[in-house]
Amino acid sequence: MSSSYFEHDADIGIIGCGLTIEQSFEAAAHAVFAIITNIEAIRPQTAVALEFEEADLELALVVWLNLILGKARELGMVFSHFHIQRQNDHWHAKAAGEKWHDGLERGVEVKGATLTMLAVKPIGPVWESRCVVDV
Amino acid sequence: MNLQQLQQLHTYLWTLPQASGDKRAQVLLYGSAPLLESMDDKVLEQIAHVAALPGLVGAAITMPDAHWGYGFPIGGVAAFDAEQGGIISAGGVGFDISCGIRCLRSNLDARDAAPYFNQLADRLFATIPAGVGEEGQINLNPKQLDQVLLGGAQWAVKQGYGDLADLDYVEENGCVSGAVPGNVSELAKKRQRGEMGTLGSGNHYLEVQVVERIYDNVTAQAFGLREGQLVISIHCGSRGLGHQIGTDYLIMLAKAASRLGIHLPDRELACAPIKSPEGQQYLGAMNAAINCALANRQILTHLTRGTFAEIYPQASLETLFDISHNTCKEEQHEVDGKTRWLHVHRKGATRAFAPGHPRLPTRYRDVGQPVIIGGSMGTGSYILAGTSTNQAFASCSHGAGRAMSRNQALKHWDGRTLINDLERQGILIRTRSMRGAAEEAPGAYKDVDQVAEVTEQAGLARRVAFLRPKVCIKG
Repeated sequence: MSSSYFEHDADIGIIGCGLTIEQSFEAAAHAVFAIITNIEAIRPQTAVALEFEEADLELALVVWLNLILGKARELGMVFSHFHIQRQNDHWHAKAAGEKWHDGLERGVEVKGATLTMLAVKPIGPVWESRCVVDV
Repeated sequence: MNLQQLQQLHTYLWTLPQASGDKRAQVLLYGSAPLLESMDDKVLEQIAHVAALPGLVGAAITMPDAHWGYGFPIGGVAAFDAEQGGIISAGGVGFDISCGIRCLRSNLDARDAAPYFNQLADRLFATIPAGVGEEGQINLNPKQLDQVLLGGAQWAVKQGYGDLADLDYVEENGCVSGAVPGNVSELAKKRQRGEMGTLGSGNHYLEVQVVERIYDNVTAQAFGLREGQLVISIHCGSRGLGHQIGTDYLIMLAKAASRLGIHLPDRELACAPIKSPEGQQYLGAMNAAINCALANRQILTHLTRGTFAEIYPQASLETLFDISHNTCKEEQHEVDGKTRWLHVHRKGATRAFAPGHPRLPTRYRDVGQPVIIGGSMGTGSYILAGTSTNQAFASCSHGAGRAMSRNQALKHWDGRTLINDLERQGILIRTRSMRGAAEEAPGAYKDVDQVAEVTEQAGLARRVAFLRPKVCIKG
């Protein structure tokens, strides 16, 4: 799994890669939260279970990213570990992290994942998930 | 942007010629040749997509500060007629619904106030919740939050945040009609818990500025501005609630467009006819978010006044104007000699009513609506006034516009070094995010002087005053 970024004038393009679709979603989530803080410093103290229905793979990426962003804001947390599984159109996921505290690096708030430059596709043996996130 | 593909209509107005069989409406781009050349080609692609949306009236337009956005370009303006199948687009408003600027004029002279700027910066930084993960002191129960969504800044004033007089100088007197809290998801409401009265992050700021130059004495007098005066600008929006509404409706409208057979060249243009159930539902939620943003800036105004009173007991801060730049508003416009009700999307564009407009407060009716072009933290901002020459559905530029991506900015600047450099130039920055500071480096933005000058020369608005930053609280 790996995460990286691509250029966008006003916002940030994120890329998640993995051997499965699910892994690429997890890597995309990692890319998003690495904008918000130094993700390596976040301990997976508290885990939150999430689930959603979405048949469209690309829309599922956006729903997934926005769901964890929303949950993090609702709980005052920042996530660093992600796991997602797909069963047909149903997605089960878990995100783990900790509450914001003074010792954590403050990066930039991500408002949401957009449908711009949105793609979920295989590139050779690897699945790549990408979109622009609004910051 | 390659200017070869454009046709120049006059010095500051360009169009994209239509290919035969092209059914899209006209595209108009305001700007000088250098400003347009500095724009990404994606701006042109995005505004051409907007021009193909159903029910567009006139042209799809970009402002001189336009840059590549998501769905609509930032600095994009498009008006739709509900009676002609016109659409409303979540991508045409953006995630930060009703992001905007509240500008306050003070009775303080910068020379007298300067010895206390360090103290002021520290106190503002301690008082104004800013940056990712920061929460405010206001916790509302669900019923109270619904009242915010219905009442906007009027709700905030009733709770003791600010003065009744503020409302005269806030768009729609601080409260838009048509808000439907029931159309706002539970998650959106939960996200707002702890976020009322917070600044946010990214390009949001609270800036203490000095009026360095007056361009138009008569209008400046009407706006209550004079050289050497301190003013305060607060740039923020509807926070988590607006972000979640954008999120919720983006997917919903994308699916509605597909079901209704609306071709979307970019799915981020997610939209539905204004009169459709989905369109009406989004309108109700979006108006609720606008009220949330207006209440948020009202609360921040109150917190700012409290801090100024601690440092400068004689300080008086009056609202000069509060204007949003990520909205869709129903307005009357004259098109081909006929007055029509239109839904005007302004994404990264500011409303700029001309002198005499009935929706302007009496104080500004003879000179036009105050317009704020926010610049970067190291350069400055402009206050302009609406003009009768504006042919862009009373819209104009909202900021300097990014010249460099955030990733590129991170490669060019180090946050701490930048803050130290700015301090040597007499600009005090307070932020919790060194990454954010680097991304917001003045060099990552276009030349705000050029944007303001071209905005004036294009007839979109006229310059009234230039503001130089002295203290900046960055999100």
